[in-house]
Amino acid sequence: MAAEARQIVMAGADERDLTKLAEYEAIGGYQALQKARGMTPAAIIDELNASELRGRGGAFFPTGRKWSFVPKPDQNPNPHYLVVNADESEPGSFKDNEIMARVPHRFIEGCLITAYAVDSKNVFVYIRGEYTGPYEVLVGALEELHGRADLRGEVTIVLHRGAGAYICGEETALLESLEGERGQPRTKPPFPAIAGLYASPTVVNNVETMATVPPIITMGGAEYAKLGVPDSRGTRLVSLSGHIVNGGNYEVENGISMRDLIYGLGGGIPEGRRLKCVIPGGSSTAILRYDEIDVGYDFNSLLRLDTAMGSAGVIVLDERCCMVQLGIRVNEFYEHESCGKCTPCREGTRWMSQILRRLEAGDADQHELDLLLDVCDRINGKCLCPLGETAAIAVASYVAKFREEFQAHIDEDGCPFGDSSPLHGVLAPVAQHTHHPTATVPA
Amino acid sequence: MRNFYEEVQEIKARYPDWRSATLPALRLAQEKHGFLSPNALRECAEALGTTPAFCESVASFYDMFHLRPVGRHLVEVCTNVSCALNGAQQVLEGFERELGVRAGETTEDGEVTLRTIECLGGCGWATIVAIDERYRTHVKPDDVSAIVEELRGGG
Ligand SMILES: Cc1cc2nc3c(=O)[nH]c(=O)nc-3n(C[C@H](O)[C@H](O)[C@H](O)COP(=O)(O)O)c2cc1C
Ligand code: SF4
Ligand code: FES
Repeated sequence: MAAEARQIVMAGADERDLTKLAEYEAIGGYQALQKARGMTPAAIIDELNASELRGRGGAFFPTGRKWSFVPKPDQNPNPHYLVVNADESEPGSFKDNEIMARVPHRFIEGCLITAYAVDSKNVFVYIRGEYTGPYEVLVGALEELHGRADLRGEVTIVLHRGAGAYICGEETALLESLEGERGQPRTKPPFPAIAGLYASPTVVNNVETMATVPPIITMGGAEYAKLGVPDSRGTRLVSLSGHIVNGGNYEVENGISMRDLIYGLGGGIPEGRRLKCVIPGGSSTAILRYDEIDVGYDFNSLLRLDTAMGSAGVIVLDERCCMVQLGIRVNEFYEHESCGKCTPCREGTRWMSQILRRLEAGDADQHELDLLLDVCDRINGKCLCPLGETAAIAVASYVAKFREEFQAHIDEDGCPFGDSSPLHGVLAPVAQHTHHPTATVPA
Repeated sequence: MRNFYEEVQEIKARYPDWRSATLPALRLAQEKHGFLSPNALRECAEALGTTPAFCESVASFYDMFHLRPVGRHLVEVCTNVSCALNGAQQVLEGFERELGVRAGETTEDGEVTLRTIECLGGCGWATIVAIDERYRTHVKPDDVSAIVEELRGGG
């Protein structure tokens, strides 16, 4: 597939200011909602199933199927809730940011259709605390909607701001946080569809998933499913960052070639440097080497290379980068964001940081490289939520694909790249000398 | 002007359960007090109908809540991978030099706190620096002195 943009979620946003209700209505906005309200909830779910839409938050679960799990009122009398995951914090991902900032009404329309389909009167949008800009756009959009009972119906949408914790993107941690607690994941089952917010049936969906719902209703599920490739239908907003000429979000059909994505839309690597590796789906995913990018950007193609699309955050690294330094920086993120509930995640990520730092400093013995992989192994599959194991999988992939470079740190008693690598000596929050900034109380 | 207690009651009414108002109430208290001092936590607890210990236990989980005093302005430099690849460390060091503090510290006059922060969700527009919770994009080391001047001058 050639590298070209295909706008479904972002359609119209380049030509018009779609943050305005009138502009959005001028291009047919909220007509999908009217159409949906003329359908039965079951027919909407059928349409979603036909579209083969899978969640855009990272776990790739079929959206229609998720909605169909919500119990009928005679099975469970509790109210149903729709909770939107707008906590976007995966390093490399910034698509939900742009969706909320530029097509807020399409996003809200998706929420209203979904609320109708799952019989919910209450929508909670959990938006990451740092997203002041998108939050204000949503506030404005909801204010415009306030006077439009014809659109809102009986549904209330509450914007709930997070307070800085990556783990709150995990759906059960998000629900804990939304209930006013520390954001620590719950054990599953029960799944949120059965017992979620306030132990009631709850659908949790990502921002992009919501914004994809109106176009699916408008064009019909079968038509949407003609886009993309098997198991990865439709479009995806891909976030390009790192060593790339044109960083930004690109909406493309699933299955586009990774090379075209980077060298076509992304404009390649600055200053004609050579590619070293690519993080394909946010820092939680295993890397691809420079010689592995002739691959389709879709679920199955990436799975065959033991990695994933995740949240579609593509980070490009050029030839100057040291893989041990990358390991340190990525792992320190997970160490910092571990919620602390599981010992393998909480302690394992600290162990990994220590070994990686010893490697970088040239203090590590030969056996420590295997110890590093051993620690990864002891995290994998032994944690409550995927946070711990994504750190382990990511770092283990750097070792697997650049083992000779890790070995060189041992053989040469230090880093062969040193400060010529752009990741040299980067101060991470976890290494900042105090976790809480301190000052004297002003008199 | 509505007082803090009344505002928290309004927030509570938005949710089926008062507990959901905890994060919004903590945010409000922090805006009022500058940081979550023991007094702020007590006030928050009273308005919510819970204990200060509960408020503190929740607040201590989240990076945006400050349990110690911070400066009037907060400068947060993202040093996650994409920003780091685009010179975030040099931007951070620029702020350290201009402000005369290390990351994690506050200037002596109590004006500015500088710290590093994890990915802010703007990676394609690196380096991202959040100034009082508003993003600056494409920040280069050369931009630092103007930003600091703005903070120092512009109140
Ligand atoms: C550590 C962790 C962080 C996550 N962060 C996010 C996030 O920021 N946004 C998001 O939509 N999903 C995130 N997810 C996935 C959610 O748990 C959940 O699968 C998703 O919100 C469901 O929505 P979807 O089906 O529409 O994708 C995260 C998962 C994990 C394990
Ligand atoms: S894996 Fe890590 S983040 Fe997830 S529940 Fe366990 S300790 Fe918390
Ligand atoms: S890495 Fe800095 S905003 Fe994502």
